[in-house]
Amino acid sequence: MIRIVNIGMNHETAPVELRECLARDAAHADRALAMMREIPCIRESLFLSTCNRVEALFTTEQAEKAKSSVVSILCALGEIPPERLCSSLFTYEDQDAVRHIFRVASSLDSMVIGEPQILGQIKEAYSNATKERTTGVILNRLLHRAFHAAKRVRTETGISDAAVSVSYAAVELAKKIFHDFKGKKGLLIGAGEMAELAARHLLSQGVSAIAVANRTFEKAVEVAQSFKGIPVSFEEIGAQLLEADIVISSTAAPGYVVTHDQVKGSMKRRRNRPLFFIDIAVPRDVDPAVNDLENVYVYDIDDLSGIVQVNIGQRQGEAIKADRIVEEEVIKFEQWLKTLEVVPTIVSLKEKAETIRQTELKKSLSSLGELNPAQLKSLETLTLSITEKILNDPILFLKQKADRPHGKTYLDTARRLFRLDRENTDEVEHGSEQVDRESEEKH
Amino acid sequence: MALFLYGCALVLILLATAAFIVYLVRQNKSVYHWAYRLLLAGFAFLTLFVGYEYYALGVAPVLTLKSSLSFFAWTVLLVYVLFHLKFRLMVLGSFVAPVAACLLILSSTLPAGDVTVKPVFRSLWLPVHIGTAFVGNGFFAVTFVAGIMYLIQESQIKKKRLGSLYSRLPSLETLDSINHFALICGFTFMTAGMITGSIYAQYALGSYWRWDPKEVCSLMAWIFYAVLLHERLAVGWRGRRAALLSLFGFLILVLAFVGANLWLSDYHSFRNMGGRPG
Repeated sequence: MIRIVNIGMNHETAPVELRECLARDAAHADRALAMMREIPCIRESLFLSTCNRVEALFTTEQAEKAKSSVVSILCALGEIPPERLCSSLFTYEDQDAVRHIFRVASSLDSMVIGEPQILGQIKEAYSNATKERTTGVILNRLLHRAFHAAKRVRTETGISDAAVSVSYAAVELAKKIFHDFKGKKGLLIGAGEMAELAARHLLSQGVSAIAVANRTFEKAVEVAQSFKGIPVSFEEIGAQLLEADIVISSTAAPGYVVTHDQVKGSMKRRRNRPLFFIDIAVPRDVDPAVNDLENVYVYDIDDLSGIVQVNIGQRQGEAIKADRIVEEEVIKFEQWLKTLEVVPTIVSLKEKAETIRQTELKKSLSSLGELNPAQLKSLETLTLSITEKILNDPILFLKQKADRPHGKTYLDTARRLFRLDRENTDEVEHGSEQVDRESEEKH
Repeated sequence: MALFLYGCALVLILLATAAFIVYLVRQNKSVYHWAYRLLLAGFAFLTLFVGYEYYALGVAPVLTLKSSLSFFAWTVLLVYVLFHLKFRLMVLGSFVAPVAACLLILSSTLPAGDVTVKPVFRSLWLPVHIGTAFVGNGFFAVTFVAGIMYLIQESQIKKKRLGSLYSRLPSLETLDSINHFALICGFTFMTAGMITGSIYAQYALGSYWRWDPKEVCSLMAWIFYAVLLHERLAVGWRGRRAALLSLFGFLILVLAFVGANLWLSDYHSFRNMGGRPG
């Protein structure tokens, strides 16, 4: 019986130091995949590694054995002692593993729920696995269904609509002011984690250049280097206001760094091109009165946190809807998986019928004497159609019952009825077994 | 025949409007696709209707307020389809379709009168004058709609109260560029409409300009739009101020269109065109 198993760690189960050990670079994931392929009891495998999670997804017939080998692979890869690793790992099996991978793909398991990158990361992991040919029928189907579930969650719920971090919210706002960031320029005043994150977001969204101003020019050079910005001196801010479209400010200055009159003067020379201030500093850097100017928008940290609060509230409602969609998809996948369970029975049923047909045909042919090719052919057709027609209804029946609650019982009955598992035969059925043996020997 | 085409167009456009409003609320893409198809079908029927009227009457069907309004609705939809092809802005339909629907409903409530076509209208200048002027009006209707959308979105962002329309409306820059583009096109067509109109007047009535109330109103609107366009291009006016002014400009146009036709009687009014007053 094939089982789907998922072993891994995410931002909830493991601290960042541990995740770092495993999620170092892409080559790591490739090595993990190669190592998993070497394990004989693992049939199909996929390895996902992002900065927030490391997961090994595989199918196996010997779950326990496979699990311990995967754990030792993880230990070897991260050079972590097993006892330290095991406490941070989660293990999901079968339906739970399916549900988990669907939730991950739909970004319901992410640190920032609804963030869109995870789906791309899973797709990449999957394409690596297909390149290495480590996936098969089950994982192929599982991953495709996961992408489908993720798409449904994205289109049918508002989970990815709302920004839930301050820097992300600021960028989303900027998108509602400027259509896109092509050719737009950013100006970062001061430094700080949140401000730099926002600047990085802007860059990744296509802002063409970012200037960095700081009271100490050295610091400006340093920050600018980290994202290929242009360092400018603090005195140049006025001139930069003519160039920049989005200004992120986060200095420790006690007073306003950007004043009403300064912006008012520059707006005329900017020919009223919109200007968006993201003021993350406390106390504020940008005079709130600047917001009263036409085509100028000022959002301070409180405004942005307010938006984030509203969005988080909305997302929780949407998450319930998203979980319902995931559950639907899990059930659909399980139904498919159950039809897969029927396949071996059907195959052995057909094999058995074919064996009997061949044996009986041989027997009859020897007693029938010389036959011409046409007669041989019609005999072949006759026997084939008899076996096929007899088996047709049982096979259809099994397929139909596959995903019903008692599907397994029917499967067992069928296997016993047609005696497909020789090792299960009882003493009572000894006589008939003898016949079976005989016919097989002849064959 | 005309009634059937008109009925189909009206029903389809009303359905499309309803679907567009549902789309605005529910944000369901398939609803949008249906709304757009319905609107296109409605537009096709309206085109057939206008074409049929033209054919039946022998002159451009703009001699009564009733037929002018449906012709106006047609140009608004025409301009919408052009904008859709250029900007692919889904939400625009939710704002334009109601305008077209209102025009059609207004038109349908007016009684159809018998029209006696005076020989002066049997001129190729009439459809040229009317066509350019009305397409210009269609563009201005889009500046009006985009202006309203801009003002809604801008006040949400400015006041930091991000309501339910915030996520549904496009960015300020997009709305402003629609407004700008529609203004340029509208102004070009309006200028062409006025020039062809005066040539037509010279040809039909013997003078280029007669200070008819409609002409005066249109001239006012033209000057207003000229100033707005100049300020946009030369000084860089944009955003809220430009949006507000495009609303005012359109109101002057509406006054020129309805007011001058109905209350101020001169040769531009439908009363004197041979149709009964609407």
